[in-house]
Amino acid sequence: MFVPCGDWVPDLTGFTLLMPAVSVGNVGQLAIDLIISTLNMRKIGYFYTDCLVPMVGNNPYATAEDNSTELSTNAEVYSLPARKLVALQLRSIFIKYKSKSFCEKLLSWVQSSGCAKVIVLSSSHSYQRNDLQLRSTPFRYLLTPSVHKRIQNKIESLNWQEMEKSPCIPQMDDSEFCVRVPGGGITKTLYDESCSKEIQMAILLKFVSEGDNIPDALGLVEYLNEWLQIIKPCLQSDDPTTPALPWKIPSSWRLLFGSGLPPALF
Amino acid sequence: MAATFFGEVVKAPCRAGTEDEEEEEEAGRRETPEDREVRRQLARKREVRLLRRQTKTSLEVSLLEKYPCSKFIIAIGNNAVAFLSSFVMNSGVWEEVGCAKLWNEWCRTVDTAHLSPSEAFCVFYHLKSNPLVFGSCPRRNMQITILTCRHVTDYKTSESTGSLPSPFLKALKTQNCKDTACCSLLEQPNIVHGLPAAVLSYCQVWKIPAILYLCYTDVMKLDLITVEAFKPILSSRSLKGLAKNIPQGTEVLKKLMTTNEIQSNIYT
Repeated sequence: MFVPCGDWVPDLTGFTLLMPAVSVGNVGQLAIDLIISTLNMRKIGYFYTDCLVPMVGNNPYATAEDNSTELSTNAEVYSLPARKLVALQLRSIFIKYKSKSFCEKLLSWVQSSGCAKVIVLSSSHSYQRNDLQLRSTPFRYLLTPSVHKRIQNKIESLNWQEMEKSPCIPQMDDSEFCVRVPGGGITKTLYDESCSKEIQMAILLKFVSEGDNIPDALGLVEYLNEWLQIIKPCLQSDDPTTPALPWKIPSSWRLLFGSGLPPALF
Repeated sequence: MAATFFGEVVKAPCRAGTEDEEEEEEAGRRETPEDREVRRQLARKREVRLLRRQTKTSLEVSLLEKYPCSKFIIAIGNNAVAFLSSFVMNSGVWEEVGCAKLWNEWCRTVDTAHLSPSEAFCVFYHLKSNPLVFGSCPRRNMQITILTCRHVTDYKTSESTGSLPSPFLKALKTQNCKDTACCSLLEQPNIVHGLPAAVLSYCQVWKIPAILYLCYTDVMKLDLITVEAFKPILSSRSLKGLAKNIPQGTEVLKKLMTTNEIQSNIYT
């Protein structure tokens, strides 16, 4: 359930909700981190649930000493009212058999809060691609049928690739075809539930493998940026190593692969 | 999937915990009413039950309604519990008021209905002699202190963990906790999970002042040096005045250590 930070519930009517699916490489979550950090979104509440493994830590987006001591939990909601954006960040994995319950609670909140649409950032196992997918762009999108025609037209104009249907039962030759997102966590459940509840939902995903997934996250936010234009490209500089878009890496993205090494090792 | 240097293709574990999702989807599709009933009964068995002291009867009201308090201290893990027992519960008269029992498939006992009091995983005590610690204050004025340990290799730092002066204390506190911690706060990107995180999350969301003192140590079994690392907390606002006799506490602790020492020698 949504619990606001302050004493009143913020009005999210007409807002776009950005959220990750906890999926392979945690790419969706890394992408949401980049968005919250770059846009300096403000925390407006918590999504308090028993469906996620509990976890706490200090502010992952801290920029200075004085804002580094705010406690963060496993599911928090941030907003940028100027752009009518609200972001839900999930920081831990689902407890077994609780993911469906979470999806139901989440979508029920989406409907009651009046959000106009939901954009899910996700990923799928790159080793499950078929031959055609191996040869094309690694980015895919999916839209629920109730997505506004205006958005459908915009997506079409971007020449994006829709997620292909694949055999429901891969081992069977004459299996029916359906939408599958292997390694996508709750992506498929969210999609199915949104279709039946007539919620406007867009899923943006990338085919990835586990490893250092920061470049994948940067790729996914730039893919999203082609549509939402969250940030504008900064002026070109002469330095070729300057990234095209100024995405701000959160301060908590340190030591992703563990502590320093003992010097005696060498 | 991942290929190894030996030419095998193995299923690589997924950090996002999505391996079970297809299994769950399948199970969901094939679920019969009988399966649902079995699952419901299992969930009921796994519920945490609060019981009155030394009996098997459940508490009729919540513990905090029956014993409202302004300070609630939770120790998780053997070193944290040894610290509280030796230094805090050794001063004053503490009365056992309840216990919590739980069961899940990993417990070696059969089920909660037949657990003896000594098998309780969590026991609640309240200080009879000090009315200041317990008064009829509303929940908002309650301060929660949590003590626990973690292995030093869980601590992320740019130096090597081998060079850290363990054991050492770190703290995390909720927004509403205005007390100064008696040690430095846990820096990013370190996190806490498990029961301490669940308690702290609850307090953060419902705006209850709470502070977690985390001792990073390289000895996870009962250890004198690790327990003594919690000592600075005795002068903090959370535990001030609760430990009357520290030298006596140290003696109690040493006795606790000797009774717990297992004379291990594979030849005896």
